[in-house]
Amino acid sequence: MLGETEPQWLSEEVKTGTTIIAIEFNGGVVLGSDSRVSAGESVVNRVMNKLSPLHDKIYCALSGSAADAQTIAEAVNYQLDVHSMEIGEDPKVRSAATLVKNISYKYKEELSAHLIVAGWDRKDGGQVFATMKGLLTRQPFAVGGSGSSYVYGFVDAEYRKGMSREECQQFVVNTLALAMNRDGSSGGVAYLVTIDEHNTEEKVILGNDLPTFFDQ
Amino acid sequence: MEKHYTDSKVKGVSTGTTILAAVFDGGVVIGSDSRASIGGDYISSKTMNKVIQVHDRIFCGIAGSLADAQAVTKAAKSHLSFHSVQMESPPLVVAAASVLKDLCYKNKEELQAGFMTAGWDRKKGPQIYVVALGGMLLNQQVTIGGSGSTYIFGYVDAKYKPNMTREECVQFATNALALAMGRDNVSGGVAHLVVITEKEVEHVVVPGDKLPRFHDE
Repeated sequence: MLGETEPQWLSEEVKTGTTIIAIEFNGGVVLGSDSRVSAGESVVNRVMNKLSPLHDKIYCALSGSAADAQTIAEAVNYQLDVHSMEIGEDPKVRSAATLVKNISYKYKEELSAHLIVAGWDRKDGGQVFATMKGLLTRQPFAVGGSGSSYVYGFVDAEYRKGMSREECQQFVVNTLALAMNRDGSSGGVAYLVTIDEHNTEEKVILGNDLPTFFDQ
Repeated sequence: MEKHYTDSKVKGVSTGTTILAAVFDGGVVIGSDSRASIGGDYISSKTMNKVIQVHDRIFCGIAGSLADAQAVTKAAKSHLSFHSVQMESPPLVVAAASVLKDLCYKNKEELQAGFMTAGWDRKKGPQIYVVALGGMLLNQQVTIGGSGSTYIFGYVDAKYKPNMTREECVQFATNALALAMGRDNVSGGVAHLVVITEKEVEHVVVPGDKLPRFHDE
């Protein structure tokens, strides 16, 4: 038809405007993310799992440009496979984080993705690394994505050292729920991954099972 | 003469700020940080009180351009004192908020300031009204504003409960301000709190070193 232009979302970059979080406990880590992928004002995927495996016991959480984040995760997944074959054993979490950092730093002008790397290895147990814009820092917990701004206060107040596995899972779920309520680019369902020495457990929490707060 | 350029969208001195107000059982707490800065590069005041009294039991928290906020609150104060003389009774909180709203709406192109009005009146007890940038008026039980407020949305959503006691509410407000000041570089200094009830108005100032500390401090 004359004068018809394409929908705006076809020309918008696809972003995982997101909330991601990872936290370490004694013996492992918990990672969490929302599931919304937006292109401008449209939600193009409402059930995307932004927790991507880099190795059996190492996962990363994706935020920023969806394409950039996925590409980095796939590249590091490959590099880690090769690395773990070369050393003959499971890779360290720090190695995975360093590989992510190397790509983020080298291509920092071209890429706009922030990955949080977390996992368990035999040497240092559960670890969380933030790799924003090419830095590498180990932290007890890390939050990222557009929704994280709204929950800095909450995580600062609620985090305590020495939380148990269940407390960490509840902390992650509460944080995601709060951020998804306030950030227009975060929403959908919550994905959780818990990694420890013995297994890696993936869980989905549907929207109506998320915690609610005083005004809901 | 060296010109100081900033890329702040607010011209001149801005209250990059955190303001908060919350209703509790029998009253309302309104609070703010105390930093006034030029674009986030220079702190022009470390001890500014951003909670301004517009009548005996009605206070306003200001955010945005300091000049605009001062001009608007001055005009509102004089409107309100005239209004209360005419009515021969203290103004309603909603009246104070409406005066601000009118000024903000009619001058929306020129102004860049947002307000929260908190107070107590005999008709409806403790109330909070928010006047947003374009002049919208909203009644809420708890509200936050200013640049620092983004960081405490999650905390406020999780921790605010209706009908708290006065002590719980003051602690909640102090914690929220401390958390925001800890993350926002243009909020800081001391925490100013005003507790308004039917009987009295109490100012509480919490200096920086007495603010609650959290896990990484």
